[in-house]
Amino acid sequence: MLPIIFVVPLVQLLILVNAANMEMKNIKICLVDDDLSSTSRLLTGKFSNSKFFDVKSNTFSIEEAIQQIEKGRVDMVLHIPSGFEKNLVRENKGKIQLMYNAINGTVAGISNSYAGQIISGYNREIITKWYGVSSMQAGQGIINVIPSFWYNPDMNYKVFMVPAILVLLVTIIGMMLAALNIVREKEMGNIEQINVTPIRKIHFVIGKLLPFWIIALVMLSFGLFIGKLIYNIPIVGNLWLLFAIAGVYLVAMQGFGLMISNTAATQQQAMFLNFFFMIVFIMMSGIFTPTDSMPHWAQVINYFNPIAYFMKIIRMILLKGSGFLDIYKDFMILLVYAFVVITAAVIRYRKIT
Amino acid sequence: MKHFLGFIKKEFHHIFRDRKTLIILFGMPVVQMLLFGYIVTTEVKDARIAILDRSGDVTTRRIINKIASSGYFIITKYINNEQEINECFRKNQVKEVVVFEPNFEKKMQKDKTASIHLIADASDANSANLVVSYTAAIINDYIIKENTSALPMQVVTESRMLYNPELKGVYMFVPGTMAMILVLICALLTSVSIVREKELGTMEILLISPLKPTQIIFGKVAPYIALSFINVITILLLSNFVFGLPVQGSIVLLLAESLLFIILALSIGILISSSTNSQQTAMFASMLGLMLPTILLSGFIFPINNMPGWIRWICYINPTTWFIIILKNIMLKGLGFMSVWKETSILLGTTIFLLLVSIKKFKVRLG
Repeated sequence: MLPIIFVVPLVQLLILVNAANMEMKNIKICLVDDDLSSTSRLLTGKFSNSKFFDVKSNTFSIEEAIQQIEKGRVDMVLHIPSGFEKNLVRENKGKIQLMYNAINGTVAGISNSYAGQIISGYNREIITKWYGVSSMQAGQGIINVIPSFWYNPDMNYKVFMVPAILVLLVTIIGMMLAALNIVREKEMGNIEQINVTPIRKIHFVIGKLLPFWIIALVMLSFGLFIGKLIYNIPIVGNLWLLFAIAGVYLVAMQGFGLMISNTAATQQQAMFLNFFFMIVFIMMSGIFTPTDSMPHWAQVINYFNPIAYFMKIIRMILLKGSGFLDIYKDFMILLVYAFVVITAAVIRYRKIT
Repeated sequence: MKHFLGFIKKEFHHIFRDRKTLIILFGMPVVQMLLFGYIVTTEVKDARIAILDRSGDVTTRRIINKIASSGYFIITKYINNEQEINECFRKNQVKEVVVFEPNFEKKMQKDKTASIHLIADASDANSANLVVSYTAAIINDYIIKENTSALPMQVVTESRMLYNPELKGVYMFVPGTMAMILVLICALLTSVSIVREKELGTMEILLISPLKPTQIIFGKVAPYIALSFINVITILLLSNFVFGLPVQGSIVLLLAESLLFIILALSIGILISSSTNSQQTAMFASMLGLMLPTILLSGFIFPINNMPGWIRWICYINPTTWFIIILKNIMLKGLGFMSVWKETSILLGTTIFLLLVSIKKFKVRLG
């Protein structure tokens, strides 16, 4: 078991963080330039020079381009119809078409927003090219939109994922391993021998849970260390605060694990119950996607989801340097939660089978 | 044969007696579909933003109104100075702060240009990117509407989202969930249930019974084939009736491919069970070696293209990657067998290889 405990976090941090990447680059694109004018070439040039897009093919048949999407060779198609430049000059309006393989809606949406940025920059450029700078300032004038990205100016997605993987890590150790360990005693029949000893149930529970509590916290520091070493994630906030919260969070999750092991008779059952609740809680916690865009009912459920609190807090502390005052409300909820769950679990634990 | 049927019947009893596992087995696909269908979305909706309006004139107010009425944003806070920006982010109150420079309207009239600063909390880089590009689009739209006569040469972009015009998450998750459930039931559950017999010492009793080892194995896995088929059908029904996502291609082909993948997953399960002796090891081997790749290294949630080269190779070795491509082609794109023969032969080859290895390995005596 011990090698697994130490190998799991390494593997998770190496593979998960690299794999769980929504940072879009190399979006494979097929260009269909039916116009072949200098204006259209300027646009296709913008796409070939962009670091987000990777021009895989050029063709003059839109059917062929769509077929390439179908076969999965490209992710999107840029179609510039013939007469684009003419229409742009004569009617002040030129149409272009973008087509995406939208099976992964998220990827298609992000690709579309990148393409939109390129196209609007291109549009401004051709206007200045044809009419000069002054034309942009006719009428109402223009607004410069200056974006800036705080806490993560390189837009590095790994910075977002490493804390999430750390949450996964402590959750698996705290909730799953502890629960399995207790059920194993049941399945093997050892529990009866323990039950006939004079040990009090609170002592038994503490004895079973405390090692995993410590291992999980050690793993957290190990994971933080690796995250800093390999991915150079920012650790802006106070680590003591983080560990204090992790300790409370772990008690809550261990309480859940204990409850599951109370109801399960076999390790198989315990594993399935654990796995089921973990996957639901983790998906809802905002590990990959922001909780804000979830439907209202899901956000209400999240009030009762300890993983959601910890996921939010660990990112706030590590990446933004939030202090105790910024998170004390969530911390209090977590504290009450941990107390209630662990008490309920211990009360429900019976020394009689 | 009679012994064998009796054995299969016993295995079914084992499974049906374990109500909790059974409920989870059938509940899992349903809950997952609902979760993925409704919860995992990256679209910008009701994103909380704050406004720092240093100008406070008619133009800025009109732009603010436009942002507020777009449906993408909720303005939760109006702040008065730069210091408050950091505080808002640190308390996780907003995702973006829109900053208007002083004398905005005057500058627009005099210099014909003014600036809006969009500051986003990029600790979540993706949503920061989306939020900023949505806000910029709203502001651009405002300026175009104001300037219709003045701005020449508009490039009009028409975006078409093929296969999934509404960008729903389910399209992505139906194939993935199906693959995941099949791996979970066929590989994980099978390996655990075989190892359990070893751990509890009942395997020896089975081995001295008149049943042949292959019959024991087949009897053990037969109920799980049935269970996973029921799950495949549940998922297809759910996706059709709840999410309005019918199977575009041939259902027979789809079920045949699923059966192939089920056999593949079962042979992985048998292989795991023959190389371990404790349930916990089997579980963690399955979790690490199977669930993780199935969820993350198969193009289920995260596109394989984004991954670094060495991880991409793991994805190509992972059979689930090919199964998901097959499912997408048949279910969503409505393509026929000709488009998936390559992937199918990869699966077939892997299955034969794994079956041979695991049968060979299993004949070993216990102890």
